[in-house]
Amino acid sequence: MKVAKYMTSVAIAAGLFAGPAAAEDMRIALVVKALGIGFFEAAAEGAQEAADEIGGVEIIYTGPTDTTAEGQIEVINSLIAQKVDAIAVSANDTDALVPTLKKAMQRGITVVSWDSGVAQDGRQAHLNPSSNALIGNMIIKLAADHLPDGGEVAVLSATTTSTNQNIWIDEMNKVMGNYEGIEVVSTVYGDDLADKSYREATGLMQSHPELDAIIAPTSVGIVAAAQAVADAGKIGEVNVTGLGLPSEMAGAIESGASKSFAIWNPIDLGYSATMLAHQLATEAATAEPGAEISIGRMGTITLDDTNAAAMADPFVYDASNIDAFKEIF
Amino acid sequence: MTYLKSREALLFGAIIFLMSLVATRFPGFIAPDNLVAVFTDTSPLMILAIGQMVVILTRCIDLSVAANLALTGMVCAMINVAMPDLPIGVILAVSLVMGAFLGAINGILVWKLNIPPIVVTLGTMTIFRGIIFLLTEGKWINAHEMSAHFTAFPRASILGMPILGWFGIVVALVAVIAMARTTLGRSIYAVGGNPHAAVYTGINVGRTQFYAFVISGMLAGLAGYLWIARYAVAYVDIAGGFELEVVAACVIGGVSIAGGAGTVIGTLLGALFLGVVKNALPVVDISPFWQLAISGAAIIIAVAFNAQSGRSKGRVILKSAEHSQ
Repeated sequence: MKVAKYMTSVAIAAGLFAGPAAAEDMRIALVVKALGIGFFEAAAEGAQEAADEIGGVEIIYTGPTDTTAEGQIEVINSLIAQKVDAIAVSANDTDALVPTLKKAMQRGITVVSWDSGVAQDGRQAHLNPSSNALIGNMIIKLAADHLPDGGEVAVLSATTTSTNQNIWIDEMNKVMGNYEGIEVVSTVYGDDLADKSYREATGLMQSHPELDAIIAPTSVGIVAAAQAVADAGKIGEVNVTGLGLPSEMAGAIESGASKSFAIWNPIDLGYSATMLAHQLATEAATAEPGAEISIGRMGTITLDDTNAAAMADPFVYDASNIDAFKEIF
Repeated sequence: MTYLKSREALLFGAIIFLMSLVATRFPGFIAPDNLVAVFTDTSPLMILAIGQMVVILTRCIDLSVAANLALTGMVCAMINVAMPDLPIGVILAVSLVMGAFLGAINGILVWKLNIPPIVVTLGTMTIFRGIIFLLTEGKWINAHEMSAHFTAFPRASILGMPILGWFGIVVALVAVIAMARTTLGRSIYAVGGNPHAAVYTGINVGRTQFYAFVISGMLAGLAGYLWIARYAVAYVDIAGGFELEVVAACVIGGVSIAGGAGTVIGTLLGALFLGVVKNALPVVDISPFWQLAISGAAIIIAVAFNAQSGRSKGRVILKSAEHSQ
């Protein structure tokens, strides 16, 4: 009796160990900035879609509970211990993760970054959701599309030190010449706080009574600006646009405070990051400057001198598609 | 003459001076409509600062007010999403009760376990934010998910001023009366002024501090609903770092950090001063790189004034008694 029991437990234990290995031949970890953010949940959905398409791939969706580099380092260390095949990370810090990710690569784990990159030493390739030039052009285009006769626009950014936002605004200024009659009258900063952004947007409307549009390339800012425009009774006069999430902006689209806004499609992004990681992990592609790598239904990307590539133009959301996307992220 | 030298008169003068300075660059700032808007915008800060004043008067400090605001606001928003037709009266009651409950947790820890208030509230600050994360997993509650009457309430206008602004006035009036005319109000001053003497007069110091935390929590909860409804969005980091602004409003308003000295009117003026600075900077087109430095400098100057003027009479509770000596 005892022997039989012992044998059963051995069999169960063996089954437990053998099971996952037999079902999946590759494990790809999708490490996000923090758990519980709609954007990353949607990216995980895209990653799962890619895994289903490839077959035999298990997605491990993980990340810290708040957006810190320390939290991500812990998560990555545990992934190294679990010997995953590939790590695709959206980093909370460009440099802080490098030593840990180097260790991962030394153990033969494929490392790519996506969305928010890590320094070149810490990854094999980086997938940008879009290129800074494409985003810079898109945010001014969104404003200009609704101002055929030109007009005054102002920018409401996050903090003065947010690298992303500053680069996008620079890129936007570079292509201003293509949009005749559009004038940027002011750039203000809402520090990614709802109350400060609201106050700054109100200030913009006061100091520029002729203002036609507010461009906010940040999710807290765009929501607060839309609310400020609605409260000031200027719906229809001032159009709020920029980068935001459909779930957060649905109310503003509905009220008319915002006619359209853009953001990369996180489902596509998670999908592409997984495809890229899989291509590199299976050695179907090599990460080197100039390499053309297929990312499934999203087409082909070309790596630049720093082994980085852009996925696509930001995706535009307006009254026609907001209802479908607000449920997703 | 003593009135002219008082903390309140100085602050009032500073606010008028600041506003006229702004008016030279942007005349629209002192238009009545805009002043009402500035007052309304400052209301949440005033409500929280009054609660904080009560706590500081008892020689404690409440760093968890902004986290309390965020948690209570989030719970109100979640209740609204679950039961969109619930009347605003119920939501207000929930916010007051829940805020008071969170404040009571601080109070109990300070009173019964004798843990220093700064440690207790630093802890609960993190815990409250953590609970929001647990409740929502970090997800936002957005404008289109909240029902129309929920978000419309604070901005509905009575006599040309949004209800949010009226809340500031009502809370201030109640506080003025309560601090001057009730037993609790006077014991709060007594406990902060001289805890040992307070014990001999039969005042329970711990219990008074407990009540102070409950009042602060209740007001933070109220501000929580108003805040969430006004900005029509609820997320984990809402009002992040706001507790420091609340303490700054108290200190600028002449509330002594050592406890026992400070007035409701001073606190209100302190909050208004910060509100004017925050609302003026965006319209006068000052480089954003200077904005933080200017706000910070304003606080330090005000505090320096405070230290100078309050040095000798910081602990005097009854000014008339001092003069009769």
